[in-house]
Amino acid sequence: MRYMLLIYFDEQDLSETERQECYVDSVQLARELNSSGRYLAANPLHPVSTATSVRVREGKRLVTDGPFAETREQLGGYFLIDAKDLDEAIGTAAKIPMVHKGTVEIRPVVEIPGLPTG
Amino acid sequence: MTENAAGRAREMVEATYRSESRRVLATLIRLLGDFDLAEDALHDAFAAALEKWPKDGVPVKPRAWLVSAGRFKAIDTLRRRARYDASLETLALQLEADSRYVEPRESEGVEDDRLRLIFTCCHPALPPEARVALTLREVCGLTTEEIARAFLTAPPTLAQRIVRAKAKIKEARIPYQVPSRADLPDRLETVLQVVYLVFNEGYSASSGATLTRADLSGEAIRLGRLLLELLPEPEVSGLLALMLLHESRRVARTSPSGELILLDDQDRTLWNRGQIEEGLALVERALSSRRFGPYTLQAAIAAEHAKAQNGAATDWARIVGLYDLLVQANPSPVVELNRAVAVAMRDGPSAGLVLIDAILTRGDLDAYHLAHSARADLCRRLGKTVEARVSYQRALDLTQQETERRFLERRLAELPD
Repeated sequence: MRYMLLIYFDEQDLSETERQECYVDSVQLARELNSSGRYLAANPLHPVSTATSVRVREGKRLVTDGPFAETREQLGGYFLIDAKDLDEAIGTAAKIPMVHKGTVEIRPVVEIPGLPTG
Repeated sequence: MTENAAGRAREMVEATYRSESRRVLATLIRLLGDFDLAEDALHDAFAAALEKWPKDGVPVKPRAWLVSAGRFKAIDTLRRRARYDASLETLALQLEADSRYVEPRESEGVEDDRLRLIFTCCHPALPPEARVALTLREVCGLTTEEIARAFLTAPPTLAQRIVRAKAKIKEARIPYQVPSRADLPDRLETVLQVVYLVFNEGYSASSGATLTRADLSGEAIRLGRLLLELLPEPEVSGLLALMLLHESRRVARTSPSGELILLDDQDRTLWNRGQIEEGLALVERALSSRRFGPYTLQAAIAAEHAKAQNGAATDWARIVGLYDLLVQANPSPVVELNRAVAVAMRDGPSAGLVLIDAILTRGDLDAYHLAHSARADLCRRLGKTVEARVSYQRALDLTQQETERRFLERRLAELPD
């Protein structure tokens, strides 16, 4: 079963050194997951100041600057993993470096047929 | 089979339903991996028993018979549904293959299934009110209507809570297992919270006309016993002891007209000695383990009251000592408030008042009626009538509970002018 682990934290509350450490530790975690076949994808995201939101309403495209919602903590990265159940996903979420400063939201992935693989 | 024997077989089905239906359900949930499918299978299995047992006699292993019947009924159900959803055929085939190799065993694993069910229903990924509803529904076998009535919730709201919880269990794949050693302390805490919440809702209902709802407390104590049988951890003993010691005072706690009677004024001959003896033994057992936590400490405090012949004979020094430990183990403003009341009993009302005022000044308990009524009581004992009146009134404004309101009104009326 696939789970999306969404990593939320306060971007302002992260120094450059901490960011670099977080990258190193996250790569380590991704490799660990990969060695047991549970890694699917992972990436940090650029800050919300680089975000663009798009909507199409009544055929008209509306492009705005900024994230979907202004919140105290922002979506800053993700892991897409394979896990046998929620407890295993919780175990992986607890190993994500930013879990100590922010929050990891676990969302089970809906499997729909017809998507290209790899 | 004679008419008589058939009658006995029918009675046997009913008795088996009462004693075994939750065990059979727990095992079916594991085998079928689906709450709703398992519940349907359970009912089908008992319907089959009502039909077969009077004709063929009661099977040697009724529980194994029911599990097996339930499994085959579930396979039939999946086959029928597979006409509309082909993926279910695969599931039916898997189940059928399973049942060829794994004969349901009578004793092995059955109790584990019940423990699994408790941990799944109390999973921290479910909202707290859903954990309570699901536990009462699936583990205790209460109907949705019964649970709704106990929690003063509209049945459709409660039913929806259960439906959503089951959907999350399925979609997020909340596992049906006893947590690993490493996770057990945290996860057990969530289970104990659910049990204690059910007990408290029964012991001091948060709103409504009567002070207690005895059925819920009884259900919580049954759950506590079951849990202790399945998982003999010190804190499980502690929680069961705490519930029994509180429950022992139920009759003494309200007057025949339904008025609240404080601990000090209770007729101690009305306390249930059997529950006290059992509670005291469980506290001892938990304390001697040296691995106890907040429930055991609260039970140890309740035990001190239970042991005292009367209010004056209470060992307040020991109670304050236990509160000191409890503040460390489980720091909370409510525990600090209770400690302050114990200090007032040990050292006099002014010592307690200083502590309560310090807690109230921090603002943590400003909206908690018991903080204000405790303050009022100390002021009253110190002859500070004006301050007592203000605090009783504040407490009265903050509680919705009828019996407590009448108690506070009485206290207000008794104050000298």
